Amino acid sequence: MILRELRPAFSLVVLFTLLIGLILPGIFTGAMQAVLPWQANGSLIRQNGQAIGSVLIGQNFTGAQYFVPRPSVLSPNPYTQDTSGASNLGPTSKVLLTSVRQRVAAYLKAYGPGPVPADAVTASGSGLDPDISSENALRQAPAVAAARHLPAATVIALVNHLARHRALGGIIGTNHVNVLRLNLALDHLPPQ
Amino acid sequence: MTIHGLLYIALLFALVLGTAFPLGRYIAAIFEGHVAWLRPLERGFYRLAGVNEARQMGWQSYAIALLLLSVIHFGLLYAILRLQYYLPFNPLHITGMSPRLAFNTAASFTTNTNWQAYVPEQQISNGAQMLGLCVHMFLSAAAGIAVAAAVMRAFTGSGLKSLGNFYTDLTRITLYLLIPGALIAATLLVLAGAPQTFAQGMPLHTLQSGVQPLAIGPVAFQEAIKEFGTNGGGFFNANSAHPFENPNAWTNLLETWLLLVIGFALPIAFGHMVKDKAQGRALMAAMAIILALGCVGAYAAEAAGNPLHIAAGVQASGNWEGKEVRFGIPASTTFNVAATGTSTGAVDSATDSYTPLGGVIPMFLMQLGEVTPGGVGSGFYTIIVFALLSVFVAGLMVGRTPEYLGKKVQAKEIKLAMLGVLILTFFILAGACFSLVTPSGVASLANGGPQGLSEMLYGWTSATENNGSAFAGLSGDTPLLDYGLGAAMLFGRFAFMVPVLAIAGSLAAKPKLSESTGTFPTTGPLFTFLLIGVIIILGGLQFMPADTLGPIAEHFLLYAGKSF
Repeated sequence: MILRELRPAFSLVVLFTLLIGLILPGIFTGAMQAVLPWQANGSLIRQNGQAIGSVLIGQNFTGAQYFVPRPSVLSPNPYTQDTSGASNLGPTSKVLLTSVRQRVAAYLKAYGPGPVPADAVTASGSGLDPDISSENALRQAPAVAAARHLPAATVIALVNHLARHRALGGIIGTNHVNVLRLNLALDHLPPQ
Repeated sequence: MTIHGLLYIALLFALVLGTAFPLGRYIAAIFEGHVAWLRPLERGFYRLAGVNEARQMGWQSYAIALLLLSVIHFGLLYAILRLQYYLPFNPLHITGMSPRLAFNTAASFTTNTNWQAYVPEQQISNGAQMLGLCVHMFLSAAAGIAVAAAVMRAFTGSGLKSLGNFYTDLTRITLYLLIPGALIAATLLVLAGAPQTFAQGMPLHTLQSGVQPLAIGPVAFQEAIKEFGTNGGGFFNANSAHPFENPNAWTNLLETWLLLVIGFALPIAFGHMVKDKAQGRALMAAMAIILALGCVGAYAAEAAGNPLHIAAGVQASGNWEGKEVRFGIPASTTFNVAATGTSTGAVDSATDSYTPLGGVIPMFLMQLGEVTPGGVGSGFYTIIVFALLSVFVAGLMVGRTPEYLGKKVQAKEIKLAMLGVLILTFFILAGACFSLVTPSGVASLANGGPQGLSEMLYGWTSATENNGSAFAGLSGDTPLLDYGLGAAMLFGRFAFMVPVLAIAGSLAAKPKLSESTGTFPTTGPLFTFLLIGVIIILGGLQFMPADTLGPIAEHFLLYAGKSF
């Protein structure tokens, strides 16, 4: 009874492995490389011929000159580009609570008294979150402007220009801004 | 909670249920052999594989064919994972998996679970993902749907000796449903930014972090079937939270739709097969009501945020730990709830970091037996088991032999149904209990207090119910969990599937009685709510003590200001 099924079962595994494992991905990859090459290769931004990052993947920024992304728990460095993951710390975790308290204190020190947006002091799901909430960006804007000797209004206008908004009557998505795009745009502002 | 968040959930349900009706009709046509637009390719497969299309299989032959194909495919994946170093498409020269991790992973993908005890970026090559995992994502999904087709056929006539032909079912479902759906979805994903390349990631000259390699690969194709076939195995460690797997809020909506739609279309297909559409709608309604309650509940819990963090000075805008900014709270929680209600096991946010009540809902949906709407195929045949138990309960109340679609449900079917339900419960509770009293199991936990218990309970629930999602702090690659959860996945899949096929075979052979005034109707709201009650009481109640010790206890401790 089992012997009778051996040939069809084995053959179908082999045939589908060839079709789904090799032929289809081959054709599909070729088609996507031809039609949508920028997206298919990781949505890379280039400067002077060098890839400096993917629009979709966050990078780490520190210092007052730049907008700072969300905390990332990746190792060896935050935003290590070939890893991904979350803290996986639970709601009652002491380790998480201590980190959140430290981040809140640092945020208030850097950007002055006021509300602390939740995305600024919590780690993302991927550790590579490319965005911060618009609220968070606008809170950071005056300090970034001061460090660059720019009028605050210029930097705020830049944040508002690059911000993405909720779509479909506010049902889909969030108001946010891409940190890499924002910081690149800052670097390209004409000097005052 | 905001009205916008609730409207998002409403929009998703409208899209899924609206499209499930035409898709269900199409799936029924595939089952009946009326779809043939790739006929030359289909016929070529049969010729090469020596499949006799006209052959009709009884339940034993159907089960043997399915098990044998699964064993062969399991062996092939095990070999690929062990030997990946020598296989093509391995630009990073990743070495072979250890025997225990390869066993766990092969069991995981053969059973449509997609539990991932490995770190994809470091432990699996692009070639092994393509040739191994991705093929399993199609065939394990198709095998589940094939069993659903077999079960449906049992109710279509009197004295049936056959449940169909496993090989033609598998081939047709793959060619006419899964491959076209995955290709369309994958194209949309690439359009939004999901990569699809065989090249190695090029080094990035980052602005402040030096030169770094970027992890990349043929992501979009695998991502599409990962959701459409309710698989869940991420190309990357962060799964659908990774921006390359899920680039924006629109792809997040698309992926949530993909992972739900076949599950909801199958009861509709059933209605077409048995020529009584109301039967399918009653099952679909029970699935949708439980899932909708779960979506709203998890959203409410996460939108309320973490009181400890709010007290520490964080703005009260929901629990953002482990969530991505571009999706927002309602779309994140809805994705995770939908993925646990369907045995997909994908996540777009870290369930381990959810609030206790936000985390217990995904776990409870799995414990119910994965019927809301469950994995592709498996959700359908599991809810049929619950439907049989429902008419049995109703029959006990009125003292009449229960019938389901004119088939008498007798002791043999009920024994087999209860056997299936109890096997799942046993593996979850005994496995979690045993692991929590062994030093090796305790060492795998990442969090203290009740959250630690939740991590282990969630792991065994996820494996046994073939979901694959995790409270991901749990370190899964240990001998205990690799072998233990691997066995749980295999039993959870096949020790349930075979009794179900036996039930189908037994019912198929019985005469189909015509309806009389004494027949308990299995359509309409009364039956739907009876079914929901049976699912929650028979499926869920035995887990209440364990869930109370984990997430429920943690909820009260959280609000009492305790941390661990």
